[in-house]
Amino acid sequence: MLKNRIIPCLDVKNGRVVKGINFVDLKDAGDPVEQAKIYSDGGADEICFLDITASNENRDTIYEVVEKTSKKCFVPLTVGGGVRSIDDINKLLNSGADKVSINTAAVQNSKVVEDSSRKFGSQCIVVAIDAKRKDTGWEIYTHGGRNPTGVNALEFASKMEKCGAGELLVTSMDKDGTQSGYDIELMQKISSIVNIPVIASGGVGTLDHLVDGIKSGASAVLAASIFHYGTYSVNEAKQYLASKDIPVRI
Amino acid sequence: MDVTIVDYKSGNISSVINSFKEVAKDKVNIEVTSDLNKIKSSDKVVLPGQGSFKSCIDGLNSINGLIDTLSEFALNNKKPLLGICVGLQMFADVGYEEVETKGLGWVSGKVSKIDNQDGKYKLPHIGWNQINIVKESKIFKDIENNSHMYFVHSYEFIPNDNSVTAATTDYASNIVCAVEKENIFGTQFHPEKSDKTGLKIIDNFINL
Repeated sequence: MLKNRIIPCLDVKNGRVVKGINFVDLKDAGDPVEQAKIYSDGGADEICFLDITASNENRDTIYEVVEKTSKKCFVPLTVGGGVRSIDDINKLLNSGADKVSINTAAVQNSKVVEDSSRKFGSQCIVVAIDAKRKDTGWEIYTHGGRNPTGVNALEFASKMEKCGAGELLVTSMDKDGTQSGYDIELMQKISSIVNIPVIASGGVGTLDHLVDGIKSGASAVLAASIFHYGTYSVNEAKQYLASKDIPVRI
Repeated sequence: MDVTIVDYKSGNISSVINSFKEVAKDKVNIEVTSDLNKIKSSDKVVLPGQGSFKSCIDGLNSINGLIDTLSEFALNNKKPLLGICVGLQMFADVGYEEVETKGLGWVSGKVSKIDNQDGKYKLPHIGWNQINIVKESKIFKDIENNSHMYFVHSYEFIPNDNSVTAATTDYASNIVCAVEKENIFGTQFHPEKSDKTGLKIIDNFINL
């Protein structure tokens, strides 16, 4: 039976983890390689890096991070943030990423998704959708949630599936950072209209939120803070899901 | 010992390289090449594959003499060869992804889209699934039945002769996820991304 995935996400800025796990035995709390290794040893089904480096001159730091991590972690590694072109995707994959997530570039020009999924295969193309609730539905935001686009999230999700995306990483901008749970209705709607796996993101504060995320129809749940701050370990999260009869890899 | 990972510019093989180097340490030499002479002289060959069946076959065909060299290695010299993902699928006679494409024909069978029962199952089949080991395979030494492996694919290999099937996995139906035919081995899942159990399979192959 296919298991539901738990994906811890690390925010990386200038090659350093921004919000790190507070482990006493950690030599360097800001080292993304060491943090990713802790997650993979703890049973993470995949690791996600979100590169939030703002300045262009430091953008290359992510390649080094990915290269070092992929030599230590033997679970799938997804990298997103600032991915603009086929060339960016190629560089990340060559550095050792298994999947690349595309956000702003996919909204601005869906051909990036078409071309990259044809060139590298759908299996490594994840489209990240940042959506905000409006009276009429959900609207897509780009540039890390700063810019409204007027694009309807549900229509965009279907379009990305047709363009060849292998997975959708759906983040609710309303819920992100609130620790009040995923936007369940958004996850349900998107999971039911597309036939590719959906990764739920944004808002996890408790283990029950992970349960709700899977029950909404998502194939995987992504969380950052609850793991960063050591509130729960990945293994604790998995044991909890298993106790609620949700199939996970233990 | 020399193990060659065939680099035919088809998809991302850095994870395959990393995992084999991790397992090999300094004991085994891991080459990544499309050089025909190096392939001929190596002890074992790994055939990775990502993207579509057609794009991988096209990739093999784009290097003059590569398919003949691989066939000689696997079929005439009977040296161990491991196909991963589309690398395994290409063993078949024919694949139906994009357009009907002739395969290598080393293990008789076809590659078709997984029947997802009218959308009941999402495709690609992505994530960790358990393998059901149906015959003793050398690459499964010390691997427990029902171990989890990492999958990502939408097409499945359907062999004509079930005796080549080494393991299956359950997704919409029983999918063949590992084959062994004499010296030819293949996994539909990604041992290079399947954590310690996956690395053990790589170790088993290297130590054949």
